[in-house]
Amino acid sequence: MRDTHREYALNTVLALGLLLVPLWALWADEPFTITMFTRIAILALAGLGLNLVLGLGGMVSFGHAVFFGLGGYCAGILAQHAFNGAPILGLPGTNQMLIIWPVAMLVSGLLAAVIGVLSLRTEGVFFIMITLAFAQMVYYFAISWPAYGGEDGLPIYVRNQFPGLNTMRPLHLFLICWGVLMLALGLFAMVRASRFGAALMAIRQNPDRVAAVGIEPFGIKLAAFILSGMITGLAGALMADLSRFTSPSMMAWTMSGELIIIIILGGTGRLFGPVAGAAILVGFEVTFGGLTEHWKLWLGLVLLGAVLFARGGLIGLIAGRERLG
Amino acid sequence: MTLALIFEQLLNGLQFGLMLFLMSAGLTLVFGVMGLINLAHGSLYMIGAFFCAVAAGATGNFWLGLAAGMAAAAAAGALIEMLVIRRLYDRDHLDQVLATFALILILSEATKMVFGPFPLYLNAPPILSGTVNLGLVDYPLYRLALIGFGLLVALGLWLLIARTRLGIRIRAGENDREMIAALGVNIRALYTVVFALGAALAGMAGALVGAVQAVQVGMGEPVLILAFVVIVIGGIGSIRGAMVGALLVGVIDTMGRFLLPRAFAVFLDASQASGIGAALASMLIYLLMALVLVLRPKGLFPLHA
Amino acid sequence: MADPILTLSHLSKSFGALKATDDVSLTLHPGEIHALIGPNGAGKSTLIGQISGRIAPDSGTIIFKGRDITRMSVAQRARLGLGRSFQISSLIPEYSARRNVMLALQARQGHSFRVLRPVMRERGLLDPALAMLKRVGLDGRASVPSAELSHGERRLLEIAVALALEPACFLLDEPMAGLGTEGVGTLIDFLRGLKSEAPILLVEHDMDAVFALADRISVLVYGQIIASGTVDEIRNDPRVREAYLGEETP
Repeated sequence: MRDTHREYALNTVLALGLLLVPLWALWADEPFTITMFTRIAILALAGLGLNLVLGLGGMVSFGHAVFFGLGGYCAGILAQHAFNGAPILGLPGTNQMLIIWPVAMLVSGLLAAVIGVLSLRTEGVFFIMITLAFAQMVYYFAISWPAYGGEDGLPIYVRNQFPGLNTMRPLHLFLICWGVLMLALGLFAMVRASRFGAALMAIRQNPDRVAAVGIEPFGIKLAAFILSGMITGLAGALMADLSRFTSPSMMAWTMSGELIIIIILGGTGRLFGPVAGAAILVGFEVTFGGLTEHWKLWLGLVLLGAVLFARGGLIGLIAGRERLG
Repeated sequence: MTLALIFEQLLNGLQFGLMLFLMSAGLTLVFGVMGLINLAHGSLYMIGAFFCAVAAGATGNFWLGLAAGMAAAAAAGALIEMLVIRRLYDRDHLDQVLATFALILILSEATKMVFGPFPLYLNAPPILSGTVNLGLVDYPLYRLALIGFGLLVALGLWLLIARTRLGIRIRAGENDREMIAALGVNIRALYTVVFALGAALAGMAGALVGAVQAVQVGMGEPVLILAFVVIVIGGIGSIRGAMVGALLVGVIDTMGRFLLPRAFAVFLDASQASGIGAALASMLIYLLMALVLVLRPKGLFPLHA
Repeated sequence: MADPILTLSHLSKSFGALKATDDVSLTLHPGEIHALIGPNGAGKSTLIGQISGRIAPDSGTIIFKGRDITRMSVAQRARLGLGRSFQISSLIPEYSARRNVMLALQARQGHSFRVLRPVMRERGLLDPALAMLKRVGLDGRASVPSAELSHGERRLLEIAVALALEPACFLLDEPMAGLGTEGVGTLIDFLRGLKSEAPILLVEHDMDAVFALADRISVLVYGQIIASGTVDEIRNDPRVREAYLGEETP
């Protein structure tokens, strides 16, 4: 089908463009561009996590920033304990990304399980508001808990390490993030094509029918929510290392809003939707942020226009509506 | 002494709860009648505060400022209802969230462009300055007036909905949207009026609270999220639920912040106790919400039982 | 007669003052089509809702294959073999006809948490799904999204989905609704063949279809079963004529 080919082509352009521009930037000595593309890759990863529940499962989580922030805190807290040598819960801290990531995913997954069990009992507006409220709860906890910086946040003095690479070099860190993003995209594609994905996408369209054929929607939704939280949490750990800083603002509700925007601008439920969306958002911020301090006004207008008149996001615009087969 | 402090905190909680009610009433009304989730409700609160501060500053009269704040919020509400919100009634909640999120970005930046990036300060009217002796404590007169004001508005809202033609239409709209159309009510106009009414209440809350806090961009969103908690607890769409939820949230939040650090101080050292107590207190109302959801997933007063 | 597959005993459900289901008892036996008829507002949908698990009864029990399912969820009942087709055509709109059937097969096989294998390469789902579609005559439309099928085709797809669940009984809620004369004729023939596989509880407005198909008929009026019997008994029952057919009172 023509549209499908177009989507493949667009995906290839996005995946390679994301890789090639930073390589060019290294040659042109533009470290800022590399960092910008690292941000795009990380935000795309966070959005990809949300896309699992929102795009495939139709669950509008308005609190996904909580996992992003929690992943960030995992990286920051473990690094701090490695730095000062104090044990945490009887274990030593670490500055190894390959240990930090599983921890961040585990912790985020656990929180997602708790939030999911409580909020997936509800639907529609209730679900939106409840996910938002739970995220706010953790946000305020982070602000008022003084041990890890409270409102001021927690710096990471030296970036956490990855075997064989120097994470302080922008390109190395970028390649790590790009690699993780590609792996996550592979996972997303696999999940979407599987039986689990079939049930999940069916629940978005008609949960009653799914129950009527004997699949309990709750279990499927909860599993997707947990996986989603884990991926967004991993993105948070990477973001903390990129900015060498974690703070409650990573889990502010505006961040949850931005994650949704990323998905909508890119294309809801599309494999590369979050990549396109993150590129648009960061590109918009960099371009217009340099021109006017009121760039958010224009972002608001663009978003409003996209919602009212251009459903389907960039990928929908170029590759048409998705056929689920 | 402690009793007096507790009494004072209770009053503070009551005052906070009533201001939350003003915010929540519009939010829940708009959801109940139009099925719309409006994130930009906090922006209307902010607009009310800004216009009140500027008008009160220019005229030197708080009451003129309050009227200006409410009028500005209502006008802004009616305007965005006609330009944007109207197109969202038939959309799903995701579209509503996104479009009204976009409105927050637009309204916040526009406010910054018009009023500048710095906070404004609004003084309480001189007639309400000072304190009043309530037996146990000397309580700020303005805060006491806020309590009275909140109760008065709640009563007025109840009368409006229970006794007037507009109220009948609002209640009809909550129960059956087709029916009010069948009755020949101009739904478009009704929706605009309901939205503007909710906006005016939010603007009033912003203006009244503006005199005890700084008036600044971004002041609306924390209140908005608390209002969400309130209407989730109360049952989305129910005014009565909003009242009960707002008072619960106001009192529990205030008392938690007051009591928890002191409670922990009994068995922890002072700095630790205040840290843990404050952290837990900030989570208290969300835990309350979780509890309500587990026991009654549709809130305390579900609209459609 | 063999033991019933489905037994409703003294089921009651009220909404406020309205008794939507009032002490209803009925049975469904192997090999039969038991039709449930009644005028609009008689409480048919509420009753079906309680059997399928969407609505919880106030009192009474539902026994299915010897097990008390009164408190089970919709999905649990479906897994036990209670196959249901919806009154308002309700499929997965963006899924093709084949994927709609595949989802039912996947549910039947009970492995909906698998993530490794692409579903469109699973022969164990693709082939039986096509076979089901062939049985209802939809194999030519296998790859069309269900939202783009005609009304009659969607009805047939509903049946195919129900078939895929290999249920121990079918719960068919107005399968004839919106079908033309020709479609009704085809469906009557099909259902007549189906009842030997699993008995059918048929809620239907089309009286000709009911009289042509049913082995037994129960008449529901104001939440109560006012009569129950064979086609001829029901046709000649004066209470039924009065309450349901309405127009003439002899």
